Amino acid sequence: MKRCSEWFIERLILLNGILSIAAVILIFFFLTKEGIQLFKEYSFSQFLFGKGWYPISEPPKFGILPLLLGSLWVTVGATLIAVPLGVASAIFIAEVARGWLKEFLKAGVEILAAIPSVVLGFVGLVTLVPMVKKTFGIPTGLTALSGAVMLAFMAMPTVVSIIEDALTAVPRGYRDGSIAMGATRWQTIYRIVVPAASSGIAAGVMLGIGRVIGETMAVMMITGNAAVIPHTLLQPVRTLTATIAAEMGETVQGSAHYFSLFAIGIVLFVITFLINLAADFFLHRKK
Amino acid sequence: MWSSKTSERIAFTLLFLATLLILVPILIVLWVLIEKGMPEIRWEFLTEMPRRGMREGGIFPAIVGTLYLVAGTVAAALPVGIATAVYLTEYAKESRLKRLIEIAIVNLSGVPSVVYGLFGLGLFVIFLKFGSSILAGALTLAIMSLPVIITASREALASVPQSFREASLALGATRWQTIKHAVLPHALPGILTGTVLTIGRAAGETAPILFTVAAFYLPKLPKTIFDQCMALPYHLYVISTQVPNVRPSLQYGTALVLVGLVLSVNLVAVLIRANIRSKKRW
Repeated sequence: MKRCSEWFIERLILLNGILSIAAVILIFFFLTKEGIQLFKEYSFSQFLFGKGWYPISEPPKFGILPLLLGSLWVTVGATLIAVPLGVASAIFIAEVARGWLKEFLKAGVEILAAIPSVVLGFVGLVTLVPMVKKTFGIPTGLTALSGAVMLAFMAMPTVVSIIEDALTAVPRGYRDGSIAMGATRWQTIYRIVVPAASSGIAAGVMLGIGRVIGETMAVMMITGNAAVIPHTLLQPVRTLTATIAAEMGETVQGSAHYFSLFAIGIVLFVITFLINLAADFFLHRKK
Repeated sequence: MWSSKTSERIAFTLLFLATLLILVPILIVLWVLIEKGMPEIRWEFLTEMPRRGMREGGIFPAIVGTLYLVAGTVAAALPVGIATAVYLTEYAKESRLKRLIEIAIVNLSGVPSVVYGLFGLGLFVIFLKFGSSILAGALTLAIMSLPVIITASREALASVPQSFREASLALGATRWQTIKHAVLPHALPGILTGTVLTIGRAAGETAPILFTVAAFYLPKLPKTIFDQCMALPYHLYVISTQVPNVRPSLQYGTALVLVGLVLSVNLVAVLIRANIRSKKRW
């Protein structure tokens, strides 16, 4: 009897473990199931490389190039801001700050991670957007730049905490050895500790980028949502994520427009899947 | 050329300034919300239905909706999450299956929230015919929350000393008895921390509930799990971008309630964690 229930429980637990794999497969399956139907009536290359996103014009155009470029501009902008700042703060928190200052800074980063993206979008809308508009004297502050700044800020907790972990994991002996050779703390940090943690730093950057590409609400609220191919950071753009979130409510179930949003979902899923795989590779390489 | 001591001082100052550049905006965000949102936080605001197309009245149904969604999310995600963590730490050997599950978890945590929304729409709302409902929304949020719960529970289980298990097994307990009586109780506070963090995250997410449950304007409370409901984050999105001429104080008030809810939940997690550290006897 006991052996029997033990067997049953073990199977049950195994089943739950496999559920995570099943979830990933199911997500991909359901995105594909709906998304693939777009390509019955619309060519795949037109979808991926078409320059126009006019889903409700006649005939509709489902070219996601403007959206891809919108995501790309915002992501590159955010990465350029987030990586140097994030790496610098992580080094400061992990290596320089001590005692209460360290705890305070860590708590600050944790608070940032906890604030919902829709709230940050709202605050960006009432503070950052007017600021961008005034600084550059442009007709609207809803631009790729506003989105990039906001997203850099939102990626910070991911970037900082993973890099901080990587730095802290560098063995104490490395530092002691370097200090004993007469190096200063700063020399030790940038010649010894940072190179030793390079895998973790790369993973932190990758996961930060993943976060930025997938972010939806804040981006939808402050980038202006114009599906045109952007030429500067001071133009409104529309990202892949914002397109899905903004348009799904207006589509008719089973229409080409509806399927096209699922097809965008596949594109996003594949991009983030590859990024996370790369990050995981970096994290496991050091072992 | 500077001495190495001077360049160290310059470098550390720059690092500190970079850190400030992240920290100061956080303080500004909190300050803006408190300063402009606080006057709106009155009893009626929290307990009344919205009126006049959400331009007047309170946010009661949005608060209730968010609480329902969070409860549903935890009820669905917690058992699965803990069981997965138990499998990975207590049962799984270093095998291809274990590695696959780990990769799956990493990828689940990286899937964009709006893609979870699409998935929930495809599977729960349409395929399983739950319709746009609390059930569909909570299950979508639950799958999104799995990686957080699994990771926290794994850490908690792994921090229980191996000797606890050996002692229990030596007394003739089976593997499951050992886990149930000698391992899980000691991992409980850590699991709780993960759960609380999940609550905070689920309460604040908007994109996954957009197409699975959230109602634009529904000034009544849901009766069953097959009803739609309002939710705080979606409500904030709606009144700050979709409805024209909403009083700013109403927007700030809603944002403040949401942030207050999420941060107090996180504070609970911090307190539990501090409590574990102080009580640890091994």
